[in-house]
Amino acid sequence: MSKLIFNRRGLIKSTAAVGAGLAMPTIFSRNAWAYTNEPKGDTVTLGFNVPQTGPYADEGADELLAQKLAVEHLNGEGDGGCLNTFTSKALKGNGILGKKVAYVTGDTQTKSDAARASAKSMIEKDGAVMINGGSSSGVAVAVQGLCQEAGVIFMAGLTHANDTTGKDRKANGFRHFFNAYMSAAALAPVLEKEMGSDRRAYHLTADYNWGWTQQESIAASTEAMGWETVNNVLTPLASTDFSSYITPVLNSGADVLVLNHYGGNMVNSLSNAIQFDLLNKQVNGKDFKIVVPLYSELMAAGAGDNIKGVLGSMNYNWQLDNEGSKQFVKSFGEKYGKPPSNSAQTCYAQVLLYADACERAGTFNPCGVVEALEGFDFDGLGNGKTSYRKEDHQCFKDVLVVRGAENPTTAYDTLEIVEITPTEQVTYAPDHPLFGGPEATLGTCNSGA
Amino acid sequence: MLKLDKKDTTLFLVVIAMTLLAPFIMNPFPTDSGLAQFNAGYPDLMQRFAIFGIFAIGFNILFGLTGYLSFGHAAFLGVGSYAAVWMFKLLSFNILPAIFLAVLVAAIFSLAIGFVCLRRSGIYFSILTLAFAQMSFAMAYSVLSNPSFNLTNGETGLQVYADDPQILKGSGPDATHLFGLEMRNTFTLDVGAWAFQFNLGFYICAMFLILAFYISLRIFRSPFGLILRAIKTNQTRLNFTGTNSRPYTLAAFVISGMYAGLAGGLMAAMDPLAGAERMQWTASGEVVLMTILGGAGTLLGPILGAGFIKYFENIFSKINDSVLQSWFSFMPDGLSDFFVSIVHPFVGKGWHLTLGLLFMLVVTFLPGGLVEGGQKIWSRLRNKDKDGGAKSTATTPAE
Amino acid sequence: MDAFILQILNGLDKGSAYALIALGLTLIFGTLGVVNFAHGALFMIGAFVAVTMQKVLNLSTELVDPTKKDFLGNPLMVKTPYVENWFGESAGQFIINWSVPLSILAAIPIMLAIGFIMERGLIRHFYKRPHADQILVTFGLAIVLQEIVKAFFGANPIQTPAPDALNGVVNMGAWLNMSLSYPLWRIVYFCFAAIIIFGVFAFLQFTTFGMVVRAGMADRETVGLLGINIDKRFTIMFAIAASVAGLAGVMYAPINPPNYHWGMDFLVLSFVVVVVGGMGSLPGAVLAGFLLGILESFASTTWATTTIPGINQIIIYLVAIIILLTRPRGLMGRKGVMEE
Repeated sequence: MSKLIFNRRGLIKSTAAVGAGLAMPTIFSRNAWAYTNEPKGDTVTLGFNVPQTGPYADEGADELLAQKLAVEHLNGEGDGGCLNTFTSKALKGNGILGKKVAYVTGDTQTKSDAARASAKSMIEKDGAVMINGGSSSGVAVAVQGLCQEAGVIFMAGLTHANDTTGKDRKANGFRHFFNAYMSAAALAPVLEKEMGSDRRAYHLTADYNWGWTQQESIAASTEAMGWETVNNVLTPLASTDFSSYITPVLNSGADVLVLNHYGGNMVNSLSNAIQFDLLNKQVNGKDFKIVVPLYSELMAAGAGDNIKGVLGSMNYNWQLDNEGSKQFVKSFGEKYGKPPSNSAQTCYAQVLLYADACERAGTFNPCGVVEALEGFDFDGLGNGKTSYRKEDHQCFKDVLVVRGAENPTTAYDTLEIVEITPTEQVTYAPDHPLFGGPEATLGTCNSGA
Repeated sequence: MLKLDKKDTTLFLVVIAMTLLAPFIMNPFPTDSGLAQFNAGYPDLMQRFAIFGIFAIGFNILFGLTGYLSFGHAAFLGVGSYAAVWMFKLLSFNILPAIFLAVLVAAIFSLAIGFVCLRRSGIYFSILTLAFAQMSFAMAYSVLSNPSFNLTNGETGLQVYADDPQILKGSGPDATHLFGLEMRNTFTLDVGAWAFQFNLGFYICAMFLILAFYISLRIFRSPFGLILRAIKTNQTRLNFTGTNSRPYTLAAFVISGMYAGLAGGLMAAMDPLAGAERMQWTASGEVVLMTILGGAGTLLGPILGAGFIKYFENIFSKINDSVLQSWFSFMPDGLSDFFVSIVHPFVGKGWHLTLGLLFMLVVTFLPGGLVEGGQKIWSRLRNKDKDGGAKSTATTPAE
Repeated sequence: MDAFILQILNGLDKGSAYALIALGLTLIFGTLGVVNFAHGALFMIGAFVAVTMQKVLNLSTELVDPTKKDFLGNPLMVKTPYVENWFGESAGQFIINWSVPLSILAAIPIMLAIGFIMERGLIRHFYKRPHADQILVTFGLAIVLQEIVKAFFGANPIQTPAPDALNGVVNMGAWLNMSLSYPLWRIVYFCFAAIIIFGVFAFLQFTTFGMVVRAGMADRETVGLLGINIDKRFTIMFAIAASVAGLAGVMYAPINPPNYHWGMDFLVLSFVVVVVGGMGSLPGAVLAGFLLGILESFASTTWATTTIPGINQIIIYLVAIIILLTRPRGLMGRKGVMEE
């Protein structure tokens, strides 16, 4: 088709050819590639899809910094970062499978529609072989579904809902971040130790899918140790002022407030709770306590002094004391002048994990990558010993329980690690009812061929 | 031809040609060149151009003709999407029943909302539509996605699962299709350094766009269209002539609601997922912007406006610092850094800023939108050629 | 009973913010006939004046302290705010602590200037243009303003605490033998809003300037024919409306940490308030603001949400629909406004 003939007969001929092409697409469009976007040149393109506008833009920016750093390290620039500490030694700092790593970026706007549009453009236009990043579970599930259909690998960024690797799990999708169940499992023993087993909890829950799974998980594990759930109030996502939700807490007889909120919701609800002086109250002869099950550095910064003494959980914190973590904090800190956030660490680790899986599989073919990642055990990326479970593509690793520090010395140590809950305590069966039960399956991997 | 006069026929043919040749027009730069960043000729974006073109054409029938400014049209698009995905879930991935139901449901929905909202006019009408749309969004995002009655699947968006009934599916394809032809089929034509992508889904959307444009053209030229314009010009005077304007505005409202439903159905047909954000007031605001930016009340304007905004959203947001660096890399270091830092705030994550500035400029200096801009340039060119002659043709609005 | 009164207080508090924004919006609409979609952005800018004030007061000298380490293990740079150097540690800390009330002083001239520039530079070219154009251009301006703020301050909310002396709760029901602890700053906010609202009304009612403006609102042309330079007064009115929104923002900053998106968050709501109150009616805007605030508070009680699930999501819009269908021009609207 390199020659176009512009007379009437030629036009009819090429029209017929186009028509035939449309009618028999499998012959024309699919044979060119063994799998979607097989890299043909000397570079391979990764797609970084993060929120760049909207309320999570700062988190997205942090994820982007980490991903750029990972690309540098893969291409053998900079100090090599976690390539030095990673237990798998397949990566040589010469790109992936000898191809230089390039990347494209997109804006999810934290909307599932926009995220899919931007992921599609990276796949259809820029030839990305994997999509990485994101900052909400809705987006993660939506983009994961898209990548499954398109035949590329998806690695979710910050997504904490059980569904991502629960009822919505997909063969082409992987999650390094922890989830609501793990938060609850890690928090419960610490809560029992600090507050006793005779407590009455009042839940404020963001009224959408993530909030519900989070509330469900926390309620299940705290009730198992003897707590009573007094009330669960759903708050609209668009709420800015939570005073009308906070005031009833005082008269409900509850002595613990659980805020199943994230981002701006959490910053506002916690600030309002502190304004109403809940933490200085005495109820049922006990000190009133507040729990925020999912913490992030940016939320902690937004809530300022209000987080002092408030317990929560995290996937990773830069203060973690292991070789991989120290190396990562050094690389990130020296380049950008601040320690990495936990979503940045997840995105960084995932780029390395993807690259390593390609090296070990010897191909960019998603099905090969899936096989290489399933059941993969590794260490040296910051979280300690970690493994990708075969059945649901969820990473299992230690979970951190953190508390807002009483006397932070810099802007970066506002959270302190209270406990590192070992992997065994947060592990669950792949067919756990909170994760879609026995019906939830990954399906088969799709390479787009 | 097709009961159109000569000028309209030309306009219609131009639209047909532009739509069908979009894969070429949108892809002016060779794949490997630095400017390939600006190519828009990939299936997803071309589909969006067509779909939002339909949406804006429909909105223009209401706003452009009657002057009723609705801030809730995204709700009809969202309802259409949900209806279509439910058809996928219940019947099969065939897009025809889905699109049919999408239009039908949007029509019913807009009839109900329109009946209530059109009791008021002016900004009261706008706020009423806004209120209905925001209520729909809030319900879809949370209340209607609770586990016991899950109609919308909330923040994740409604999608098709393997265990859905799909009673008519049989051994049919696992992706949206039209009697076996899958929407995602793409035929790539390599010509020299260019790669042109012909996507079946896009051509389906294009067919609907052409149809939608034709219907809108006929409405603009019909007696019905004339009455709608009269409503915009002076509703009171129209009422004095004994014409009850309500049925006409309601008809316009429902027609534009059906256009929105069609757009929503097509969105689901191209990508079987329906998200609640589609119904948010900002999404409604977007179609208002598209229409006014392109030129409200003109035939071509809404399509241009839709293309303009979608192009920004998808192309400008992807220009990151490393792309900028590569553009200015031919300059000496200090100078290239300087240019990168100047351009940086306006692209990538700053694409909203550029869009906002452009709105302000267009509205301030081109009240008639892009169409007026085009006319100005066109008439200036002609005046230059013919030395000020043919003024009478230059001033007629090229709708 | 306690819970009931507390929800009324919550509603009055929310309502104060709504009423202040809606008041400015109505002022602009009533005097200039312009639909200002950038009004929410002015509220947001006000809040960021407080943020900036806090940042300015915290400008610091940096000294290396070799005994402490930063996160990379390098010696820590210890920051000392200039104000502490200049006024001594306790006085300096006192000033920083009172940054929000202090920023009111800065906010008034800043907001007046912004309002002045906006009216002279942009809005006045749109007096004769259709409302749709006004909406579009001010909407564009709102996007530009919020993106500029985002470029400087980021997307994350920024904590701007109230002075320690005004933090904490007071028990308002002590003399009634009830436990009505309510945050002090929220009470301050309510009183502040009441003062501003009375101030604006008094200004319009009891000054010659206000009289002319009211006359202009009623019949602009005739007032112009009387040889009064109404345009100049309208510019001043716009600047005043901008500073009302700005001050509302400054004082709201300690209640919820400000972020760049506030403008859009409050915009829709404030429009609903204005329309429910009746376009162009100042008392209507204030009344509707408090009314919707209180209704919103009651809709979020457990009692309401269990009776009608999701009522807290839609209450504002539901009320707007009901009022507009039963009272065509809102609660206190005038005939013929915005209906052309």
